[in-house]
Amino acid sequence: MEVISFVALAAGLIIGLGAVGACIGIGIMGGKYLESAGRQPELMGELQTKMFLLAGLIDAAFIIGTGIALWFATANPFLAQIANLPK
Amino acid sequence: MAAQGTETHAPSAGEYIVHHLQHLQTGKQSAVVDFSVVNVDSVFYAVTLGVIGCWLLWLAARKATSGVPGRFQAAVEFLVEMVDSQAKGIVHSAQSRKLVAPLALTVFIWIFMMNAMDLLPVDLLPQLWHVTEPAHGLPNYMRVVPTADLSITMGLSLSVLLLCLYYNVKIKGLGGWVHELFSAPFGDKWFLYPVNFLMQLVEFVAKTVSHGMRLFGNMYAGELIFMLIALMGGAFAFTGTGIALAIGHVIAGTAWAIFHILIITLQAFIFMMLTLIYVGQAHDAH
Repeated sequence: MEVISFVALAAGLIIGLGAVGACIGIGIMGGKYLESAGRQPELMGELQTKMFLLAGLIDAAFIIGTGIALWFATANPFLAQIANLPK
Repeated sequence: MAAQGTETHAPSAGEYIVHHLQHLQTGKQSAVVDFSVVNVDSVFYAVTLGVIGCWLLWLAARKATSGVPGRFQAAVEFLVEMVDSQAKGIVHSAQSRKLVAPLALTVFIWIFMMNAMDLLPVDLLPQLWHVTEPAHGLPNYMRVVPTADLSITMGLSLSVLLLCLYYNVKIKGLGGWVHELFSAPFGDKWFLYPVNFLMQLVEFVAKTVSHGMRLFGNMYAGELIFMLIALMGGAFAFTGTGIALAIGHVIAGTAWAIFHILIITLQAFIFMMLTLIYVGQAHDAH
């Protein structure tokens, strides 16, 4: 029982904290992109490619975390470990 | 959708997910790294999609005209030009670009097609496999997204690492590269050699691991979320909650699939760009 509740909390934290970081990162970068596009519109196309590249890089850690958290939430691997423990 | 193994008993949510995360393997995997096991499904889909991708590009090249291009030719030309301009910006040696630019194009199209397997309904191919399975007596497992298999993505990133090592030796010479391994990034002093070498090792390992893990993680998470959405629809029943779940399934499935179109393209693009960047780095002397 304890394990299930801890894993549920952990899954929430993994997704939540990851989302905080990724959102702040994307927000700062998007803001800077708009700023620089406003300053030098002729660079927009070039910067857009780089922005998407970085958006993917920033998002990656968060999405990996989400995947792991969902895996824990749906098919909890720790329960099997506990079942295998010598009594 | 969640009809796997309904003859015996309806699988629970956990069982359904675990079943769908099992590869069709040649044996039982005993350790985290086990080279005696082959994930047959991943290899099959990866090779098939690679062949289809090559065939499509060949088709475009064979029918290419210098006159007004058709839609298909225009699309392929746009793609080739996009990759070529990226390669020109990152890899400065025209000699290497002859190999690296087509490589980047292949990687982009191949990974995009492998990622796009995620957009098929999660149970479509596994269900077909399940129906025909008694005929050939193979285990009833099937995963259709090759890039959601760590073996495939790490294989790709290891090949990029090998290519980087090759270009390091080719451009700088074996002596030059070994010199760089020991004298960059901090400086050419004998007491800094161990630190420099350690930093270089960490850099190569981190590059390769993150390169493969990024693609794998994105696709794995995407696949898992599709499965969870499928579970929502699988809980359909003629009750208030059951109908609400089925409607939720359609809405969530649509939303996630549309968002996923962005993710699969972006991840294929990022993998291609990082391949170019890493190979480009191999050309730069520190």
